[in-house]
Amino acid sequence: MSVAGLPVTRRGFLQASLTASGGLLLAPAVGFGAEGGPPNPLGLYLRIEPDNRIHIGARSPEIGQGVRTSLPMILADELDVDWSQVTVEQLPLGIDFSGPTPQWRYGPQGAGGSTSIPGAWNDLRQVGAQARWLMRAAAAQRWGVPLDEVTTARGHALHGGRRLPYGELVALAATLALPSGPVPVKKPEEYRIIGRPQPVTDAREIVTGRARYGIDVSEPGAHVAVLLRCPYFDGGIARYDDRAARAVPGVRAVVVVPGPKPDEPIAANLATGIAVVADDTWSALKGRRALEVEWTRGPFAGESSAALDAQCARLLAGRGQVVRDDGDFDAAREAATKVFSARYRVPFVNHAPLEPQNAFVHVQDGRARVVAPVQQPAGAQRAVHLVTGIPRDAISVEMTRVGGGFGRRLTSDYVAEAALVSKATGWPIKLLWTREDDMQHDFFRPFGHHELTATLDADGRVSGWTQRLASASKHYRRPNQRPEDLWRPELYPDDFPSGLVPNYRLEWLAVNSGIPRGSWRAPAHTANAFVIQSFLDELAHESGQDPLALRLAMLGEDRVLDYSGHGGPTFSTGRLRGVLERVADAIGWGRRMPAGRGLGIACHFTFGGYAAHAMDIEVGRDGALRFHRVVCAIDCGRPVNPLGIRAQMEGGTIDGLSTALNLEITIDGGRVRETNFDGYPLAMLAQMPSDVEVIIVDSAEDPAGCGEMGIPTAAPALTNAIFAARGVRIRDLPLRSQLADALRKSS
Amino acid sequence: MGVRFHVNGSAREFDGDGEMPLLWYLRDHAGLTGTKYGCGRGLCGACTVLLDGQPLRSCVLPVSAAAGRSITTIEGLADGERLHPVQQAWLDEDVAQCGYCQAGQVLATVALLERNPEPGDADIESITNLCRCGTYVRIRRAIARAAKGMRK
Repeated sequence: MSVAGLPVTRRGFLQASLTASGGLLLAPAVGFGAEGGPPNPLGLYLRIEPDNRIHIGARSPEIGQGVRTSLPMILADELDVDWSQVTVEQLPLGIDFSGPTPQWRYGPQGAGGSTSIPGAWNDLRQVGAQARWLMRAAAAQRWGVPLDEVTTARGHALHGGRRLPYGELVALAATLALPSGPVPVKKPEEYRIIGRPQPVTDAREIVTGRARYGIDVSEPGAHVAVLLRCPYFDGGIARYDDRAARAVPGVRAVVVVPGPKPDEPIAANLATGIAVVADDTWSALKGRRALEVEWTRGPFAGESSAALDAQCARLLAGRGQVVRDDGDFDAAREAATKVFSARYRVPFVNHAPLEPQNAFVHVQDGRARVVAPVQQPAGAQRAVHLVTGIPRDAISVEMTRVGGGFGRRLTSDYVAEAALVSKATGWPIKLLWTREDDMQHDFFRPFGHHELTATLDADGRVSGWTQRLASASKHYRRPNQRPEDLWRPELYPDDFPSGLVPNYRLEWLAVNSGIPRGSWRAPAHTANAFVIQSFLDELAHESGQDPLALRLAMLGEDRVLDYSGHGGPTFSTGRLRGVLERVADAIGWGRRMPAGRGLGIACHFTFGGYAAHAMDIEVGRDGALRFHRVVCAIDCGRPVNPLGIRAQMEGGTIDGLSTALNLEITIDGGRVRETNFDGYPLAMLAQMPSDVEVIIVDSAEDPAGCGEMGIPTAAPALTNAIFAARGVRIRDLPLRSQLADALRKSS
Repeated sequence: MGVRFHVNGSAREFDGDGEMPLLWYLRDHAGLTGTKYGCGRGLCGACTVLLDGQPLRSCVLPVSAAAGRSITTIEGLADGERLHPVQQAWLDEDVAQCGYCQAGQVLATVALLERNPEPGDADIESITNLCRCGTYVRIRRAIARAAKGMRK
């Protein structure tokens, strides 16, 4: 079921009314009427109180990407209020089911694909502008002057020397009709909040321990549930004995939670398990430890990381599905003066948000209440509907602050589990995943083997390019999945350098694997930027060209190309060149480096944003890495909150480096081997650069998001710098001890 | 006979399972949810509290081992509405992204600055609390800012 976007141009987009406290409420008209009012007092975009406090509803989940700050900033600026007047309140999921198709009440509510800012840019500005228009209209009536003579500033209406706070106009404003169509929005030079750094809205709650995450939700009568899930991909329960578990003090119930059958699409929970339900977390964990279970190992019992590597090698020896084929690569190879080829490997990785999966669900009397850390609240509602049969309009979903998303919480399997346990017991359920649960049961970022080949003509120009990828598709057991489309999330056919090399071919080979896969921050861009930007570097060194100059030559003159994937519809070579040149300038590209020091560079276009990294690193003879400087540049269109963009680029860089240096999920005997942070060592502060310099391109283009752009180029900039420093080429992630091993061998 | 200790200055007694990790006592029984669960094995530091001023990973300490001790959680760090200088430094440097690890980071820093008011890089790098969002750059700055502020 799809949900239509917010109809911005539709008549009656907003509805104004007075609240019980005498405030003015502006909320979308869509979805109103059936019950005579908004679904709950927070169900608003905007509420202006008589004391001139401005309450702005945050519609998207806050997963650390800063949207509880940046989205309200957009609205507040158009409303022309002081940011200090604003209080941000989290909106619940708002879908109106009364019409022929479900409608978003507050606009799209999700966190994924760096879409929150671009998706909100037009409609939140319009909400703010309409509210400001209403304030001006009320003031004009109060003062008996023409509307166009009334201006606003800092939450006040102004005329001549007179000024009135918005709060004093709300009663009158509530009686006025809203404009019938869109009203003009501010010119960029009038912005007072957009483009100026604003700190995180909830920072004080976070540092005092008052911020509420999903794991903190409880209510009287709630029981804690933990599940023992089958560790084998598509395995199940052969037999179990729960007598000892039930005997643990505090344990109240043991419930079998069936998972999807092998080959069945996964739309709710991920794996078969046994839930232990107890009075508190410790009793539930002790009860779970006391369960005796014998698992069936399922159809993938023979799967291992080594077997998957061998499968990739076999596949790459054959032919795959050609998904883009410009010119004639084979002819280019025939005519080439030089042909260069390399293979790369990118591992499975876990999302590992620091807040493990959890959900509060109460199924009762044909209704369900969900309070959970989710990236897709509508998906959580759908999952509960699927496992309980409760109609979607009887399932409420409240969003807590989320302790990290990274794509993991785009799926709501854990919400479905909590719903199943609540349905079986009748109790409100606080479901908790332990770190071990989270490490072993994920929708992991796909691994793959990439084979790249380039041909150079007599002038050293790249005349042909192929990328052949053997991977297990991210589209893992989705409903209605067509096999011929499985390549789509793996290779983005318009990524650089496609369209810039005359003979260009992309080929995909399907790896058969039982490990669940899904979206991991900047999905396939992490793998493809690594291999493309590494390979370009190799090509430059192989052909005696400068790595920066080769990239600039391939980008050529500034022009706009079609980009059919997410982040399109266009790709600007000039904007990519812009970020590349900025980091090159900042790092001092081309300067002579002392022995063991090297510069690396990389650029990539991710979901509408252009990013580049340049790094100056030192590699000791023992392989020890030292970051001298790490510079990144981001062009995500008009910067909404520069402080937040900087944070995303700093964090994205560190996520990219931590993952490239340390992280891999391995498989043995049809199950994941890693269990906790000892085997999956997220980087600590000491391992990371002490500073990440961020250059934000000042752009007048409509804003893109920035939650994912910082990651893809971090790994190749690092490995390119390693090559420059010591001549060791890293083609297999993670780095771990490869550098030390290679240097030991070569010495 | 229960276990007696102080939490944020208040006397408490717990007569449940003494093997329960302090973390789950704080979260489930004392209602102090600012202390976070991250790994359950003392690896990530999200559950850091101060035990008689020393940083401690509460997910691996049985509550019985806290007998007679004084525990400070993130909720007990500020003096009413007046933030501890480390908390204030966290705001001034706009450190938090998702924020989940930050209570532990703040308490680890408080303990560091107690024993070493002028920490060098190596001292700062002795903090092993994990941040999945990668706020380390700003954590470094916030530690330096807090150290400076507390020396005044």
